Amino acid sequence: MNRSGIVQLLLFIAYLLMQVLVLRNVVLFNTAFCFLYIAFILLLPIETNTLLLMLAGFLLGFSVDVFYNSMGLHALATVLVAYLRNYWLNTITPQGGYDSGSTATVAANGLQWFLVYSLPLVFLHHLVLFFVEASGFTLFWYTMLKIVASLMFTKLVIVLLQFLTPQRRRL
Amino acid sequence: MERLLNFIYEFRAFFTFLFLELLCAWLVIENNQYQSTKYFNSSNQVSAQLLGFSQGVREYFSLRTINEDLARENAELRRDLERTRIQLTEATADTARINQFDFVSAKVMANSTHLYKNFITINKGKADGLAPGMAVIGDAGAVGKVKSVSDRYAVVISLLNVDEQVSGMIKRTHHFGTVRWNGIDQRHTTLQFIPRHAAPVVGDTIVTSGYNAVFPEGIMIGLITDVTLRPETPFWDIEIELSQDFGRLAFVEVIKSKLKHEKDSLEKVTRGEPR
Repeated sequence: MNRSGIVQLLLFIAYLLMQVLVLRNVVLFNTAFCFLYIAFILLLPIETNTLLLMLAGFLLGFSVDVFYNSMGLHALATVLVAYLRNYWLNTITPQGGYDSGSTATVAANGLQWFLVYSLPLVFLHHLVLFFVEASGFTLFWYTMLKIVASLMFTKLVIVLLQFLTPQRRRL
Repeated sequence: MERLLNFIYEFRAFFTFLFLELLCAWLVIENNQYQSTKYFNSSNQVSAQLLGFSQGVREYFSLRTINEDLARENAELRRDLERTRIQLTEATADTARINQFDFVSAKVMANSTHLYKNFITINKGKADGLAPGMAVIGDAGAVGKVKSVSDRYAVVISLLNVDEQVSGMIKRTHHFGTVRWNGIDQRHTTLQFIPRHAAPVVGDTIVTSGYNAVFPEGIMIGLITDVTLRPETPFWDIEIELSQDFGRLAFVEVIKSKLKHEKDSLEKVTRGEPR
């Protein structure tokens, strides 16, 4: 395994522990959840193979499920995001394309690009997650409220983390 | 054949995606079934210990209230014990019926209240005689049913779970219905299927009915806070405030019903397999 592989593995563990030990207990106003772990899939290097992405997404989602007692739920939503990620990245390629070896971060491509990139994917993740958990549309508006509140909370934490962690601009 | 293989290879990402999603969907559906003894949930050793650590940190900040709750519960139990002892010396019931319920005290390792399907992980399991289907109560009232067990841990399906249904009874009038959470407010739940001719009022006590032999009869669930009777429905809409605050659950007791098997098998003989 090369160096970046090991770094990603450590990041995987860090995101997982962060999610199940800390963020599992953090729920604002009974409605806003923070599913930070999805950032691991979003921030993997741009050239990552879709197959690898989905496999990582499945393992991450499945591990989160074990702690949330929600077999398959997080895995379902995360695999969906992992599958669509590369297609979405191709759709919103900035002028001149991505630098080779770059990551999908604020530092590499700017805040505006990052929001356009991550908002729809995180929204989709939450949409699937909450509606499958509610197993139907009986609580439609309350579920939508949860989705939007969680979207804002998760997004805020992801973007803040981007500014807090030192990002080397790889060339 | 070669073209088929080429086709599959070309769209391998899509097919892998399909496969993984179907697998997940199957897991979700499988997990919705009521009782199971699965390994991949928070009753397994590693996740239970990690969650226990996390809960330990939380608990540290609420030690005072936990202590108060336990002390109060202790006092109530002592009073009950005395009352029962008097009853026992007077009545001559058969011992199997008197000893039909056995209690196991357990510590909460993990708990959630904000999801639609909330579960509680506790630190007692198969080794302590727990099995899926047993009732769990807290210091102030009913908590839930054991869903799955590992050797030393168990996952409890909380009353705050939209899939959980418990037979409840209005203590004053003895009308019984189904207690089911509506998924929104962690302090309130609903009582369904109370017929129109019953007259529930705000403040009535709701207890478990004992009809399914999971919970003993008369375990506190909560107090009615709101009753409405819509003209088109055959049943009352009843809102209950839960007596147990699920937000700060620290210790629970698992009830082993020794006569459940006998009751279930008798009912099975009479009615056929339950749905």
